[in-house]
Amino acid sequence: MVNRAVAPHIGGCLSVADILAVLYGRVLRVDPAQPDWPERDRMVLSKGHAAAALYAVLAERGFFPAEWLETYSLDGTRLAGHVTHYGVPGVDFSSGSLGHGLSVACGMALAGRGVFRAFAVLSDGECDEGSTWEAALFAPHHKLDNLIAIVDYNKIQSFGTVAEVLDLEPFADKWRAFGWSTHEVDGHDTEALQRVLSGLPREPGKPTAIIAHTVKGKGVSFMENKLLYHYRTPNDEAFAQALAELGERS
Amino acid sequence: MRTAFIETLCELAAEDQRIWLLCGDLGFSVLERFAERFPQRYVNVGVAEQNMTGIAAGLARCGKIVFTYSIANFPTIRCLEQIRNDVCYHEASVKIVSVGGGYAYGSQGYTHHGVEDLAMLRVLPGMTVVAPGDPAETRLVTRAIAAQPGPGYLRLGKAGEPTVHESPPAFEMGRALTVRDGTDVTLISTGGMLKSVCTAADKLAEQGIQARVLSMHTLKPLDAAAVRAAAEQTGAILTVEEHRRTGGLGSAVAETLADAGIGIPFARWGAPDDLQHDVGGQDFMRSTCGNLVQTVGELLRRK
Repeated sequence: MVNRAVAPHIGGCLSVADILAVLYGRVLRVDPAQPDWPERDRMVLSKGHAAAALYAVLAERGFFPAEWLETYSLDGTRLAGHVTHYGVPGVDFSSGSLGHGLSVACGMALAGRGVFRAFAVLSDGECDEGSTWEAALFAPHHKLDNLIAIVDYNKIQSFGTVAEVLDLEPFADKWRAFGWSTHEVDGHDTEALQRVLSGLPREPGKPTAIIAHTVKGKGVSFMENKLLYHYRTPNDEAFAQALAELGERS
Repeated sequence: MRTAFIETLCELAAEDQRIWLLCGDLGFSVLERFAERFPQRYVNVGVAEQNMTGIAAGLARCGKIVFTYSIANFPTIRCLEQIRNDVCYHEASVKIVSVGGGYAYGSQGYTHHGVEDLAMLRVLPGMTVVAPGDPAETRLVTRAIAAQPGPGYLRLGKAGEPTVHESPPAFEMGRALTVRDGTDVTLISTGGMLKSVCTAADKLAEQGIQARVLSMHTLKPLDAAAVRAAAEQTGAILTVEEHRRTGGLGSAVAETLADAGIGIPFARWGAPDDLQHDVGGQDFMRSTCGNLVQTVGELLRRK
């Protein structure tokens, strides 16, 4: 998809891919046959630049035909380069500008108390946005224990490492101090992800924050932890090598 | 106007379980009556307008009809991108309410002058923009904006606006109300300027000038037919708004006239386009925009 469309953000797609696979494969109460089922869990991919990963997971889960993925980011597509709900079954909310998703998920959790859960998957970079922390203050105050925030903490943002640009540490402590039931996990260990995402809420009366330690460009040796692949599209040769490496891994 | 609004919203909330009210920690002595009657559907989100708007969009995507409430520029410009992406792109039923549009908080200084909101909200796709002219219009417009799906912006004055309509007018969203008929010029008013415009029309009548007065409570979608009829039947138009002359009612009417190829004497009364350092009460601030009767006189000399 990304190779064909000469699109950016492959690194952030690979860091979040395992998280999305576990969510849609094992955690979320959703039904591809009824994408608008009112009592479904809601999921907001707040890091909208990882759209390609979400679309791939939704297609895999059967929300729409896999052929749609061939159109990703191309002229006239419904699968835009940032997450787009319009005409895309399974997408609960569009995103692309950072720092919006956690607030929206708070609203969904308010609407869904006692009925469904709301998940938001955030990037580390968007934890620079003040609006993220407005929502982080709000959710514990209102005891939204049907709200789950997962941060894809790959530790590289647009212009450098998180530590260099605007350090978030001590990151988990911040969420704890704000009143979240906070858990750190290897974001590429699918068993560990499933464990931490089962039996929610982790603490009654508290929203759950999962700090998922991930690797930008995970699974492709020449992309891992490389800022370049926030922007660069793998060329055909690199793409073939990446597929080979990912094939070996799976 | 804010009393008329909250009374109407309470009526609506009693009729419709989907109605919620969020506020950004403002609305003291106004919102309590809603909060007491519907505590499960009222949230003071704190001083956090971006979050308020995102929450509203999330609730609306789950079937609620959500009013967000604050004053002046806070529920609008402060969180404009949340309005654009979260509300408008999702065609979410979020109704943004700003109390104190224009110069209602004139003495509080530049930060509290809400004179760019109409321009910024009007340009957003799917956004209905309303600015009622008096408490009677406020009641009607609040009901209408709640009833129609999708985003809306309700720009209110503050408190104590005089009643212009002695009985409920024949209100329809998107249709200008003819408050007074005339043949020499049309004064198109939006928002809380309506009473002042009527007073100006009375003074003009003393000079033998018969002014038509339209209350353009709906800025978007604009009643283009009423604008064209005013141009054809009265031959001159003055727009009047407590807002910059750029981007709001004046621009909307100018666009309509230009699109229709109508060239008539036309002027816009409102705040000047340049940075203003004036601070003072609402009447004082209005006076910095010019004198309505004189402005009409100058306009008619071009006829």
